[in-house]
Amino acid sequence: MAVKNFNLPDPGEGLTEAEITTWKVKVGDEVAVNDIVIEVETAKSLVELPIPFAGKVVQLLAAEGDTVDVGAPIIAVEVAGSDPEPATPAAPAADEGDEASGPNLVGYGAKAGSTRRRARKGGTPTPASAPAAAVSTPAPAPTPAAPAAPAAEPLTPERTRALAKPPVRKLAKDLGLDLQSITPSGEGGIVTRADVEAASSGTAPTTATSAAPALRGSGAGALAPQGAGAPFAAAADVRVPIKGVRKATAAAMVSSAFTAPHVTEFVTVDVTAMMEMVERLKKDRAFKDVKVTPLLIVAKAFCLALRRHHEANASWDEAAQEIVLRGSVNLGIAAATPRGLLVPNIKAADQLSLHDLAGALGGLVATAREGRTQPADLSGGTATITNVGVFGVDTGTPILNPGEATILAFGAVRRMPWVVTAADGSESIEPRWVTQLALSFDHRLVDGELGSKLLADVAALLHDPGTAFLWA
Amino acid sequence: MSDSDVAGHAGTRGRMAGAFEPSPEMGPTPPSQISGHFSDDNPEMVQFVDADGNRLATNETNAPYAQIVEDMTSEDARTIYRDLVLVRRIDAEGFALQRQGELGLWPSLFGQEAAQVGAGRALRAQDYAFPGYREHGVAWCRGVDPVSLFGMFRGVNHGGWDSNENNFHLYTIVIGNQMLHAVGYGMGIAADGDMGTGDPERDAAVMAFTGDGGTSQGDFNEALVFAAVTNAPVVFFVQNNQWAISEPNDKQFIIPPYQRARGFGFPGVLVDGNDPLASYAVAKDALDKARSGQGPTLIEAYTYRMGAHTTSDDPTKYRSDAEVEIWKHKDPIKRMRGFMQERGHADPEFFAAVDAEADEVAARIRKACQEMPDPELPTMFDNQYTEPHPLVEAEREEFLAYHAGFAEEGGQA
Repeated sequence: MAVKNFNLPDPGEGLTEAEITTWKVKVGDEVAVNDIVIEVETAKSLVELPIPFAGKVVQLLAAEGDTVDVGAPIIAVEVAGSDPEPATPAAPAADEGDEASGPNLVGYGAKAGSTRRRARKGGTPTPASAPAAAVSTPAPAPTPAAPAAPAAEPLTPERTRALAKPPVRKLAKDLGLDLQSITPSGEGGIVTRADVEAASSGTAPTTATSAAPALRGSGAGALAPQGAGAPFAAAADVRVPIKGVRKATAAAMVSSAFTAPHVTEFVTVDVTAMMEMVERLKKDRAFKDVKVTPLLIVAKAFCLALRRHHEANASWDEAAQEIVLRGSVNLGIAAATPRGLLVPNIKAADQLSLHDLAGALGGLVATAREGRTQPADLSGGTATITNVGVFGVDTGTPILNPGEATILAFGAVRRMPWVVTAADGSESIEPRWVTQLALSFDHRLVDGELGSKLLADVAALLHDPGTAFLWA
Repeated sequence: MSDSDVAGHAGTRGRMAGAFEPSPEMGPTPPSQISGHFSDDNPEMVQFVDADGNRLATNETNAPYAQIVEDMTSEDARTIYRDLVLVRRIDAEGFALQRQGELGLWPSLFGQEAAQVGAGRALRAQDYAFPGYREHGVAWCRGVDPVSLFGMFRGVNHGGWDSNENNFHLYTIVIGNQMLHAVGYGMGIAADGDMGTGDPERDAAVMAFTGDGGTSQGDFNEALVFAAVTNAPVVFFVQNNQWAISEPNDKQFIIPPYQRARGFGFPGVLVDGNDPLASYAVAKDALDKARSGQGPTLIEAYTYRMGAHTTSDDPTKYRSDAEVEIWKHKDPIKRMRGFMQERGHADPEFFAAVDAEADEVAARIRKACQEMPDPELPTMFDNQYTEPHPLVEAEREEFLAYHAGFAEEGGQA
């Protein structure tokens, strides 16, 4: 009997780490070769990993949620048979091949990647001196500018190479400027000639190469107000790679914000009747298997209003030069998940009964939070609700989910003083349930009149759900 | 024939979408809902067995190849079945080994077994195959050890086999590039006079493999021009697996590959690439014609990539599970097995024995892969030229001297 470790492989090309999402086995389980034991999330996708040997799981070496480096052991398995201790079964690593290129990503089987380099023999002349010298990798020169990252710092700020075209690079070098310390103004974070010239002309005092990365941005005075006053607790800046859902969200938001001219309108509404309806439905036996929330009523109201103003349930097809009037309301719900913002949508939500809509809503959000949303659920949406009220926020100016024409922000429902007109026409101020709604719409296809009517109708339904009867 | 239908259909749908008629389409249209030449019920597609392996009636389309199928012996059928099962298992092992860090990459052929085995078994020993990088099934039929394939994807060699040993060229990663190599080789066959002599041991042909993505490449189209005008004995075998990584067919062509051949001046045939018998028969017919001097043929094998493009790809980002589900029912192994049972080509023991053999092969190649030694670095200078070359020799010397310049360090890290 021997215990073998399975090291985290690189399941893509050139990935260096992965986050453990789910263990499929537990200590004591018997596993066979190629059984799936774990699911990990890389920068690219969720990947299931098969175990390379058979035996009994003796230890899980990393927990769900941990981010593990490629090559690190993640699970220990006691294997049957008389194998000699095979903790490092592969031949001793011939590491010459991967100098300076990080861990050896392929075929390391169970060996942790070694990146140590052998030293050159001191001054040994190589026969063909000229070309050989050119080939030899530069010795690890003493890095003068390294701002002595504090050893205790858990997340070393990643010092990425500044982007600049070669002539600009040379200019900066000639002027003795560190590109890293210059605020880029070019597209995609590129340092332009003008940036270098501005930095050089004394707009910013960053002339020495010793400027720490933390001073980035001071060139243009971007952080000046903060820098001038009392700073926050002096922690180093942390640079987080832009990837995964964050990257996708950013791309979607930028594309939406810069292609669809947004208009946002607001309405404040007394929703006491809606809140009473929620309370009634919660007690209704027909709804005992689903969750009844104010969001459910808002979702239903939005669907009804979109059906009444179906021109707003549309999308802009730039390529075809057509406006696509969508046949049904595929209602997206913005969901905060552990991986970031996702907007899964309920297909044909307008054709669901209130009960079925409640079921779909609950399922959708739960699936999203578990990270199991299928791509089909994320595409094809026609309108979205973002429930900012759950954070105690009154309202916002939401950005459209790309391809959709409307998005409704549902704010917090609060007890507020409200002017109530009694049947006899007398007015009084009473505490009521009040909320704010904000509707952003794509002004290319939704005019102010249409958008206003849509929002007003949603508000009317929430104010008096009975309004729906008038439309039937 | 139906391109205008497809375009017109889409246009109409855009204009006519009523306000509240529920639209069945959400997201990309699955192939099953598309009419015209992108559908899998194209009457021009050669098929011999249905999804369960029942022999389909002989019709106008498959009649020219029916005799080839009828002439197949029980042993031929068993060979093809065994190939299908083993190839799928080898592929699954490659995938698992990649996920275990033993291979850098693995392009899975899952789903395309019938197309590859059909074509591979139609080749004769003197024929030459020029693969892309997914042709593990063809490699198997040519006698290339799967371990050699693993060596390449493990990065311990630059293509782990001697091409001339099995007349199976090295994997070509550059998309479509091998089509030109294949035509050049075919022109060489013609120049040598090894074509149209009537001697079955001498007449040779070339088969060039690519996918639907490859048809968009310049090299592919150049190769078709050269093959046509030189009447080279080349069969272009296009496995249309529906997806060029994330690009679907309808973003790649309006005229499907098999119809394009006509424009270059030679015939094109559409075959059900998940039908092992049809793939074999169509490939055999085209190769026979090429060997006898009747020129090139393009075969479009209509199939589906069940897995990811490679282990670095995540297909759930661009295609629906429903689409994969549709193709599951066209599984080539299920169809071949059904056909054999119907014809009495094999008994249950045979099927069990093949499964057992698959387990053995998988265990053997897995072990061989894990134990594969890292290469001696100077071997990278081998096989650059067929004969010694002074510049390469000088570089080798320089390289050795450079590596000798390192101090021995005590103890590995």
